[in-house]
Amino acid sequence: MPNTPLSQHQAPIYEALQELKRMRLVPFDVPGHKRGRGNKELTSFLGEKCLNVDVNSMKQLDNLCHPISVIKEAEELAAEAFNAAGAFFMVGGTTSSVQAMILSVVGRGDKLILPRNVHRSVINSLILCGAVPVYINPQTDSNLGISLGMSLRDVEAAIKANPDAKAILVNNPTYYGICSNLREIVRLSHQHGLLVLADEAHGTHFYFGEALPPSAMAAGADLSSVSMHKSGGSLTQSSFLLCGAAVNQGYVRQIINLTQTTSASYLLLSSLDISRRNLALHGREIFAGVSEMAEYARKEINAIGDYIAYSRELVNGDSVFDFDISKLAVNTLNLGLAGKEVYDLLRDEYDIQIELGDIGNILAYISVGDTEKNIERLIGALAEIRRRFKRDKSGLHKAEYINPIVELSPQEAFYSQKESLPIGSGCIGRICTEFVMCYPPGIPILAPGERISAEIVDYIRYAKEKGCSLTGSEDMDVEFINVVR
Amino acid sequence: MDLWYSEFHTKNVRFSIKVEKQLYSGQSGFQRIDVFESPEFGRFLTLDGYMMLTERDEFIYHDMITHVPMAVHPRVRNILVIGAGDGGVLRELSKYPYIESIDVVEIDAMVVEVCKKYLPQTACGFEDKRVRLHIQDGLKFVRKCENEYDLIIVDSTDPFGPGEGLFTKEFYGNCFKALREDGIMVNQHESPFYKDDAIAMVRAHKRIVESFELSRMYQAHIPTYPSGHWMFGFSTKKYHPIKDLRAEEWNKLGLKPQYYNTNLHKGAFYLPTYVEAMLEDVE
Repeated sequence: MPNTPLSQHQAPIYEALQELKRMRLVPFDVPGHKRGRGNKELTSFLGEKCLNVDVNSMKQLDNLCHPISVIKEAEELAAEAFNAAGAFFMVGGTTSSVQAMILSVVGRGDKLILPRNVHRSVINSLILCGAVPVYINPQTDSNLGISLGMSLRDVEAAIKANPDAKAILVNNPTYYGICSNLREIVRLSHQHGLLVLADEAHGTHFYFGEALPPSAMAAGADLSSVSMHKSGGSLTQSSFLLCGAAVNQGYVRQIINLTQTTSASYLLLSSLDISRRNLALHGREIFAGVSEMAEYARKEINAIGDYIAYSRELVNGDSVFDFDISKLAVNTLNLGLAGKEVYDLLRDEYDIQIELGDIGNILAYISVGDTEKNIERLIGALAEIRRRFKRDKSGLHKAEYINPIVELSPQEAFYSQKESLPIGSGCIGRICTEFVMCYPPGIPILAPGERISAEIVDYIRYAKEKGCSLTGSEDMDVEFINVVR
Repeated sequence: MDLWYSEFHTKNVRFSIKVEKQLYSGQSGFQRIDVFESPEFGRFLTLDGYMMLTERDEFIYHDMITHVPMAVHPRVRNILVIGAGDGGVLRELSKYPYIESIDVVEIDAMVVEVCKKYLPQTACGFEDKRVRLHIQDGLKFVRKCENEYDLIIVDSTDPFGPGEGLFTKEFYGNCFKALREDGIMVNQHESPFYKDDAIAMVRAHKRIVESFELSRMYQAHIPTYPSGHWMFGFSTKKYHPIKDLRAEEWNKLGLKPQYYNTNLHKGAFYLPTYVEAMLEDVE
């Protein structure tokens, strides 16, 4: 049926897989489990339906590296649904989207302006391409101990001070739901010839929200990485890379193909296709429901006492230009407990697994899959934690912004001659060649090329003591750190 | 016509009752509700297909979940009942003149309506002037109470449906907080016999003993529940379930229920060896 206009009611990849099942092809191609028959244990665990569509690219299923039929159509539908000029289906997580987005716009020695509270995948991309970061200090809320968005004044100053910068990256929103003034940043950047990249790992729902902050594409950004597998409901590891009109999509495809698998999973691809259709048809009511649940939980948690479940009251017209009310982040410091401690209590004492606990906050991820009953369990457990575990709050730290001192580009530092030192006074003043971060949220405390300060050493020690899971360094226990020799 | 109601007590065991006719079937926001008429058990109520009560044997359950704590606590004035949309617990409580207030928290308004219409034998309990009905999530209600009740009765469904939140540590902890310093909590505690029920029973007990220092289980024989051997939990901040039994005082009330009596009270706390062993593991 050529020339029939596509509609959001369709799901081309999903439909092609359904058709494939009906054809009962004899498989003499990979994968070798042959529709699950060759791996009975796996089939009984994951289900016959699942193994049946774990197939390889073929004529009627198109090919992700060079889409010409059903994948192309599915990508066009996704672009339409997200109000973008183009969309790429990604199967290497949003990390792969972020990587492709950055590698598409900066090369060796080019400058990228970015807030410091970016995901590790952003700085990893700089190691790959050799671009140089120009960090903007995200403002910090001193009561809550969380990083906020970028102030417009800081953005402007960074652009003026770095007229050769190629692009700027914006979190839309941060892990905690905070948005910068994206429309103005886009206007300002475009005026100075910079491209705007958005990390929308936590913002899929902005494309389908009534009372939510603007999406990157609506704000005029050039590229955006969208974690469909978070609020979008697709399978883990599936993601979108969206393009604005000014982007050369053929070049972006080439960049993607540098590192993308040639055996993309049709489980992931069909999950993107089906989830896109679901969002296009029902997204607005779904996210209205999610926001309502989050707002209810926030009201009840604030009524318990000591907890601060924050929301729009943080909005200040600048570093917190907008707030994503579907997020449920709660500050725990008034209880005398670090966020990570509350996170552990919820899991160990109450069988409740939340998204993250950091130095001063917890984040519970609310989605279309939640029920009122489970929300009540979370609130009830938080009330109990306060009754049972509240203690004197002196001695608790707040996470504070530590200004990074960038001495080398991440690539230069990462590939330089290095030595391993114990984390302590001996490494102060040295240039680090690797990452140290708490995960989640996965925002670097140290990135390759940065000078290690006494403040940073203290922070790492404190985070470890509070049970935060530190990652990034070659040493799995984060006792030693690699520095430039 | 050969019409039967069946419930799977396990994957391999089926319990059936011959049905005369179906009186009601409806779907609420929480569950499917059905009422049947049967020759052997009279009318009976099922939720999502699971047996809740029959007119013939409900007295056993309702006697045991109310009179056991009432014969121990010397001055119950304020009571919180969670669940109990059928009204059976309220009917038994209404026999005590000295109770001042009974708050009932049922999540599903439709259960109450259906019971009032088709099961007046238990729903008559709602007529007591001291009863205040709250249509709300039980966990949410109890979360907001502190030091308010002498007795909490948890008359929940099984832990796999809308009642799931009533088998959690956060629920029991909040109940502890809602009780006065000499308060008692009694709960429906599943069955020790079939494996899945036993796992639920042991898990609930583990979560209770994490909040209450003293928690004992007692038993009754309920023909229409899986295996017929059913357990209740008695969790208490002060009074011992047997040592503090006020038999004489309670008998003077002259209630004379069909199942419960003060001798049986003591016996109900003596459990089979295999059940004791299961509980010891988590205590």
